[in-house]
Amino acid sequence: MSLGKIPVGIEVNQRSFNLEISPHHTLLDVLRDELRLTGTKECCSEGECGACTVLVNGQAVCSCLVLAVELDGQKVTTIEGLASDGHLDPIQEAFVTTGAVQCGFCIPGMIVAARQLLSSNPNPSRAEIQEGLAGNLCRCGGYSRILDAVALAASSRR
Amino acid sequence: MRPFGYLRPTTLDQTIAALADPEAKPYLLAGGTDLIVRLRRGHLRPTVVVDTKGVRDLRNEIVSVDGGLRVGARVTMTSIVGDARVREHFQALVEAASVVGSVQIRNRATLTGNICNASPAADTVPALLIYGAVANVAGPAGSRRVPLADFFTGPGRTVLGRGELLESVDLPLPKAPVGAAFGRITRRRGVDLATINLCGLVSSDGTARFAFGAVAPTPFVSVDESGALAAGGSDQAARRAALRRLFARARPITDVRGSLAYRAAMLDVMSDRTWTLAATRLTERLRSGSS
Repeated sequence: MSLGKIPVGIEVNQRSFNLEISPHHTLLDVLRDELRLTGTKECCSEGECGACTVLVNGQAVCSCLVLAVELDGQKVTTIEGLASDGHLDPIQEAFVTTGAVQCGFCIPGMIVAARQLLSSNPNPSRAEIQEGLAGNLCRCGGYSRILDAVALAASSRR
Repeated sequence: MRPFGYLRPTTLDQTIAALADPEAKPYLLAGGTDLIVRLRRGHLRPTVVVDTKGVRDLRNEIVSVDGGLRVGARVTMTSIVGDARVREHFQALVEAASVVGSVQIRNRATLTGNICNASPAADTVPALLIYGAVANVAGPAGSRRVPLADFFTGPGRTVLGRGELLESVDLPLPKAPVGAAFGRITRRRGVDLATINLCGLVSSDGTARFAFGAVAPTPFVSVDESGALAAGGSDQAARRAALRRLFARARPITDVRGSLAYRAAMLDVMSDRTWTLAATRLTERLRSGSS
């Protein structure tokens, strides 16, 4: 069995990449080390903390639990891909407005998870926001303002 | 993570051949939410990971078959929770799949992966057991059907032999109107493994089926035909006694999530609560006239 690299074509933030990837490298490894998209954070590496959350075909996943070779032909969106034409995503704006960022490490994962939540449920209740972000830990404990930020982003889109 | 090879077969036969290869130490990759954690920790050291995602016969959809639903090998927890047919007929399975991990985990984790992982605490398994789920197994010697109640042989162990895989899971529609419910105890409210979990199903024919997880080496299912667990029953002592007979096979242990004594006490509490919810749901269903 060859342990060699495998050709993989991935679209990241609407740009196509043709990469040669070792099978044991995760999507997170490739985003940070090959593509230098370091907004996506590595923390627990076992799907508990959500810091590495990205969208794969619009669905939030832990990029530490996906092998990059699994994603041939798939579309990935990272925190770097949310702003468009020089304007922040409304969720990013809301995090700034509410002061939801303390140390900031968990925030890219929080915002990407919130992006999926608001795409599938534009009018979430407080409980639905909590459930949508249940896979994202903030060790500063700044949850109240993070939830406020998502609620603000939802209301500003109405 | 240690290096390993990677195969992305496109047919079921290629997949079985890769898993049966005597020269290799293969592991099948579905959602990866358990496998990749164990690869990183070094608990598993495969020579090759065989990915299901390119296999057209391993379906990423739930199809209606004669008398029930068939859940393909690549169907995720998110798809289970969102499927209108599953929501209508298999409410306890929806409740169980809804509490597996977080949104991010449920978007990747598959039902078949939760089964084949064979954790004694797998949340979806008690639900599948009360509904009489059947595993469709494919392997070098052909296909076979295994009732899920006979699928598990120990913690992390199943009846799957070399080269075999779980192709799909069949959920037979209940023959009579039923009410069912899922229950579990965790240390924190969400994103946690179960200290105990269980499902109860109360049928309008007077029988009941209960399945329990995290209280024995494998999840198990028991049936009550005494009538003591029929919806509307008012003899609480008879009901408690019947529930105790159903979990008499439980052999809880003490571990990081709870003590033997706590688990034993919670079996009493949770089985009664789960019966109450299931029986209430059956009564409401009969009153509203739908089956």
